[in-house]
Amino acid sequence: MTFSPETEARFAKFLAKYPADRKRSAVIPMLIYGQDELGAVTDELINEIAKRVGVTPLQVTEVVGFYSMLHRKPQGKYHVQVCTNISCLLVGGAELWEQACHKLGIGHKQVTADGRISLEEVECMGACSWAPAIQVNYDFYHDVTPAQLDKLIDGLAAGKKPEEIAEVPKVNP
Amino acid sequence: MLYNQPNPLEVRVLTRRFGLPNSHSIETYLASDGYKAFEKALGMTQEQIIDEVKASGLRGRGGAGFPTGMKWGFVPRQSPKPKYIVVNADESEPGTCKDRLLIEYDPHQLIEGVLIAGLAVGAQQGYVYIRGEYRYLIEVMDRAIDEAYAKGMLGDNILGRGVKFHLATHSGAGAYECGEESALLESFEGKRGNPRIRPPFPAVAGAYQCPTVLNNVETYCAVPSIILNGGAYFAGLGTPKNGGTRLFCLSGHINKPGVYELPMGFNLMRMINEVGGGMRGGKKLKAVIPGGSSCPVLKADECDVAMDFDSVAAAKSMLGSGGVVVMDEDTCMVNAALRIMRFYAHESCGWCIPCREGTTWLRKLLTRFHEGMGTRSDIILIGDLSKNMLGRTFCPLGDAAAMPTIAFVEKFRDEFEAHLDGKPCPYEKKLVAA
Repeated sequence: MTFSPETEARFAKFLAKYPADRKRSAVIPMLIYGQDELGAVTDELINEIAKRVGVTPLQVTEVVGFYSMLHRKPQGKYHVQVCTNISCLLVGGAELWEQACHKLGIGHKQVTADGRISLEEVECMGACSWAPAIQVNYDFYHDVTPAQLDKLIDGLAAGKKPEEIAEVPKVNP
Repeated sequence: MLYNQPNPLEVRVLTRRFGLPNSHSIETYLASDGYKAFEKALGMTQEQIIDEVKASGLRGRGGAGFPTGMKWGFVPRQSPKPKYIVVNADESEPGTCKDRLLIEYDPHQLIEGVLIAGLAVGAQQGYVYIRGEYRYLIEVMDRAIDEAYAKGMLGDNILGRGVKFHLATHSGAGAYECGEESALLESFEGKRGNPRIRPPFPAVAGAYQCPTVLNNVETYCAVPSIILNGGAYFAGLGTPKNGGTRLFCLSGHINKPGVYELPMGFNLMRMINEVGGGMRGGKKLKAVIPGGSSCPVLKADECDVAMDFDSVAAAKSMLGSGGVVVMDEDTCMVNAALRIMRFYAHESCGWCIPCREGTTWLRKLLTRFHEGMGTRSDIILIGDLSKNMLGRTFCPLGDAAAMPTIAFVEKFRDEFEAHLDGKPCPYEKKLVAA
């Protein structure tokens, strides 16, 4: 199995980071970046990582189930994650979550029929002082209002990319 | 772009470069005393560096508050095994969002702190374990590391002084448990993030069972200032045995939530009113979680407290990771307790039965309670269950779930009773401030 040149370069860098007899350390970074490319953690990806780091496929599989960001089934092209933990809860995070579910007609860890958007109610994402916060894939959105969430979901559903939705700018560089 | 405006009451030591143009670049860093502490440390012995950190009164900023210099001193001087420096950037304690800023705005300060830790214990390799959700920060950190290599601040012969140190990032993949030091090390080694029994502690048997220094991002970031200005300077910023400043993450029902760097021992009420701009909508203060969701809640009349490790401990809570969550009079404390327990039940790794079963059982009980189907004996059961989790697990996650729950029940028993007999939650739909 081969990956895109960027991912191959990244994997080569990962495998060089750790002591020669400790390549197993690369398992989780390889899983998450491999998942980014393939859309999910596939059997093929598990077998390939196991081969490259020198462990059994079972030793990779048992790791996958532990980490909430790793998933065996594809998510939507845009994975919308709404935090409802305590700081977000206090300022409207739970209402945003309900709004997103209602609007898309899907629930926790579900994907829209066209595969564009998936939803997840997530735990604290480290944006407590700028709550309520959401993440779309790896990008952060702070101080999200219900109107902004509407715009974001409408835009994504209509085929726009997140960066084309001017009313809802991501905050991270 | 800063996510919130600074406050004039701040004492900006670790955050002093925040807001400078390109504050993340090595050029900005070098132009503002960057890597000078490391150069100074090159002329010090290992003991001198550790003594300076001890004198600073720096205590672990991840939550436990263990004296950093003492922790470094536990690393055996003579070891046939390689030694490691590991940075805990798995920030995920609810209410905490400071390490994000330290890496985003000033990654070289972290690199310099790690380099000095490497000198102090004789390590030549470091890793920054960053939570997977912080992908953009992994990129920020990778670029900073590349810059440091290009300027000769990392590599086989740093600054031509014959010192070797290598540094790399490592991505997590979503697990609160991996913020606990021994679980982080398991995860770092490519395994499930289950905690290890201690002793041995990481200082003796950490990464790959080798001597390891493992600290929070903010802890390392304090080290350059300590070495450059002296331990006494840093100690003098705070209160006795609680040196320096700390980044407090203010969130919840206040007018100006944000991350602010304040001296250790800063009064909590002043923090809410003078730094946080007071309560939103003129509401009354009901309660504060002083240091992230693991810390027992303080009632409004308990909030006249100095925010350092010892004073908050004397108030029977914890300073924790600096996440100050402020709740107003319309907040349902049963719902707050429930949401926090949902978190711990989700994040319990399942390794220790009291935690795995306890958090799940408490989540079910609190859910039932919040829906108006609780019974009077459930209130006692919640307390009993929590108390039976304390101290019975490999890592502190079980305690972290039990302690706040005990406090919620003991301090707000009247609110639990108000949910009895099928009554609807008296605060429902009032949670969001108008």
